[in-house]
Amino acid sequence: MSVEAAQPADFAQPSYLDSGHTIRSWLLTTDHKRIAMMFLASITFWFFIGGMAATLVRLSLATPDGLLQPDIFNRAFTMHGIIMVWLFLIPSIPATLGNFFVPIMIGAHDLAFPRLNLLSLYVFNLSGLVVLYAVLLGGVDTGWYFYTPYSTLYSNSYVFAAAMAIFINGYSSILTGLNFVVTVHKLRAPGMTWSRLPLFVWAIYAVSVVMLLATPALAMDMILLGADRIMGLGMFDPSRGGDPLLWQHMFWFYSHPAVYIMILPGMGVVSEVISCYSRRPIFGYGGMATSMMAIAVLGFFVWAHHMFTAGISIYSAVVFSLMSFVVGVPSAIKVFNWTVSLHKGSIIFDAPMIYAIGFILLFTIGGLTGLMLATLAVDIHVHDTYFVVAHFHYIMVGGAVSAFFAGLHYWWPKITGRLYPEAVARFTALLTFVGFNVTFFPQFVLGYLGMPRRYYAYPPQWQSWNVLSSAGASILAVAYALPLFYLGWSLLYGKRAGPNPWGATGLEWTTPSPPPEHNFAVTPVVTLGPYSYDPEDGSYRTQDGTHYAL
Amino acid sequence: MYHWMPFWPRTAANTGHAINSLFVAELALSLAVLAMVVGMIASFGFVYRRGSAASRADLTKKTWHFEIGWTSATFLLFLVAFIWGSYVYIWAYQTPPGNLEIYVVAKQFMWKFEHPGGQREIDTLHVPAGQSIRLVLASEDVIHALYIPAFRLQRDVIPGTYETLWFKAERPGTYRLECAEFCGTQHAHMDGAVIVMPPPDYARWLAERGIHESLAEQGEKLFRARGCSGCHGANSTVHAPSLVGVYGTLVHLQDGTVRRADEKYLRECILNPRSFTVAGYPPVMPDFSGQLSEDDLIELIAYIRSLNSQNAGSAP
Repeated sequence: MSVEAAQPADFAQPSYLDSGHTIRSWLLTTDHKRIAMMFLASITFWFFIGGMAATLVRLSLATPDGLLQPDIFNRAFTMHGIIMVWLFLIPSIPATLGNFFVPIMIGAHDLAFPRLNLLSLYVFNLSGLVVLYAVLLGGVDTGWYFYTPYSTLYSNSYVFAAAMAIFINGYSSILTGLNFVVTVHKLRAPGMTWSRLPLFVWAIYAVSVVMLLATPALAMDMILLGADRIMGLGMFDPSRGGDPLLWQHMFWFYSHPAVYIMILPGMGVVSEVISCYSRRPIFGYGGMATSMMAIAVLGFFVWAHHMFTAGISIYSAVVFSLMSFVVGVPSAIKVFNWTVSLHKGSIIFDAPMIYAIGFILLFTIGGLTGLMLATLAVDIHVHDTYFVVAHFHYIMVGGAVSAFFAGLHYWWPKITGRLYPEAVARFTALLTFVGFNVTFFPQFVLGYLGMPRRYYAYPPQWQSWNVLSSAGASILAVAYALPLFYLGWSLLYGKRAGPNPWGATGLEWTTPSPPPEHNFAVTPVVTLGPYSYDPEDGSYRTQDGTHYAL
Repeated sequence: MYHWMPFWPRTAANTGHAINSLFVAELALSLAVLAMVVGMIASFGFVYRRGSAASRADLTKKTWHFEIGWTSATFLLFLVAFIWGSYVYIWAYQTPPGNLEIYVVAKQFMWKFEHPGGQREIDTLHVPAGQSIRLVLASEDVIHALYIPAFRLQRDVIPGTYETLWFKAERPGTYRLECAEFCGTQHAHMDGAVIVMPPPDYARWLAERGIHESLAEQGEKLFRARGCSGCHGANSTVHAPSLVGVYGTLVHLQDGTVRRADEKYLRECILNPRSFTVAGYPPVMPDFSGQLSEDDLIELIAYIRSLNSQNAGSAP
């Protein structure tokens, strides 16, 4: 194999950050990297707005009577849910890291439809504005799942505005998903076969398929919900022959696959990070890619496990319980494969690795408690209690958000050209792990004791667990705010990063940091699968075949 | 049985014990899996930290037999949990006829319980210990969920239909009762208590509530007042199905379907009779949707049920 770098060493093109300094050059750009950065700004804004709503909820629950008025509390948890799901988690990794790195990792110069990519950003921000409008009017109090007939006939809040925001938001998902599917199919560099795709690209591909197939159902849901509320369609009103459970089926038909939209990209990020920081190939590449596709497909057949106590027929509950166990199998494979990927590695515990190991542990706890919830009889007891709240926060926050931070740190030098300060980042990663567990572990106990979700008040004997949880939330708030400061600091004062500060193998590390507008001067030719690390002597080969001794 | 466990909530019904055992088994399994994962991460992380002297030679290349191993192991364990969980669920959610039927009407933000003798109570439910109690759940507005943590039991209450729930409370005492499905502003205060009493105390409590008209007697009055008796009564000349002994039987409908005549079916027939025309009868019954409250329906159904015992032996 040739030892010389395929990319010319001194690159004449300016980086994507320097290819225009006007506001217009950003707002009308079609460069996937600039669009990714604007997405990052939007979702960061919403992450902190959603976090403020969560802070209100945890603050209020510090006392048994609740500090907030019931109506304010109900609006706070609803807005927390809507904002975190649609304005943060769903776009979080795909629209930022996916947008930035999928084209580079497959050796393409941009996404297949650059203008559609820009449209997706504006559609997303439009939906954000409508959410902002709904919040400023007074918010929504139905819960993020809008159960009928409460949402259609009884709620005295801005349900229609929120439904329209989500309707609009769905188009952003569809456009982004479509773009990734076409890009991965059509724009892979020569030699980048399907079996050489990095697992992050597989994850984004799997999630894009789900976005493309599930999100149209969400659009229909929101139109029907709006029509029922505004025009009195009566679809979900039992007094006029409608069926309230129909809504639950339709809503979860989207919203359960949406759970996988939120977690699959995280699985991709963690696969990249684990392999890089243990300096060895990922254990079972084929199994990892297959299990992600299996999760994407099976995720469509488990929606009614949200309805085990809702009066669906006993036998359909049994079928959905079985399917929910089946979808757990590929997740279990992934956990074992990541863990064994540490075996005979040469492991270094930098911040991305700490986040990734946190991901594995928290995702495992979230998955195991998910199996308890899939067990029909156990669900009769803990359904709609804090046990469920703890379970999905272990997946969504402990899993997806940890993976987002892992990816953000891992690729930060590539995105900005600067190294982040390692020591403070490691500390923050550990603080996140501790704060997360202190916040959410007590909620498992509260749930099994019988504290229902969405209660602004509770009996005094549950106060100590709630106070513990709220205390943990304050640690978590600090841990989430810290990166804003030190990553911001590194933009100005961080050490310059070379093209490949971690000695990683993906094509994104063969181009300068930050990459030029069209990513590569010459389209790279791929000769190797990902993760050609050799733990014995620390050497590695990037996917274009270049060999480096560490 | 599991009171040695830290932070363990009280258990006071047969369903509670069944679900406890399953939960404890799954908890033990989960802890074992978690310990294995943590153990592997910690030991690999230590032994293979960068710069350690451990040998990295002979990296496992063929991974598939490991993967098949843990795939089939997890799948088999999952199957056990699935079968056990389904078995208990079917038992807990298939409501047998109870020793005692209590009707429950949920509305924002209160629970109303109606005993067969006509005793009504709000947010408090008195039941005798050791007897199987069958609850028929109705909602007047939105979806609620009746949840009694000490019984490990929960069931949604859906407007427009009935759900049922059963339990056998074992230990006299006062247990918390909650609404578990978000139902509006005061959701968190839609709570109350289940008071389990020894059967003689329950009988005394019923008597102290005063002699009421039973639900069935109230239903009989409605049956006449609303004109039901004009067609369904014993002396009617209109060709309408007799309701004596119909409760619990299988009914053949005009469209060829067969339905069990339970509370849910009777409710649907009263509100929307044209969809449930009984085979061999003309579709002449007017529909009563919007004209009867949930209380009225409960009384009418209690009356129709009572026609079974008046005619003892004719019902299956």
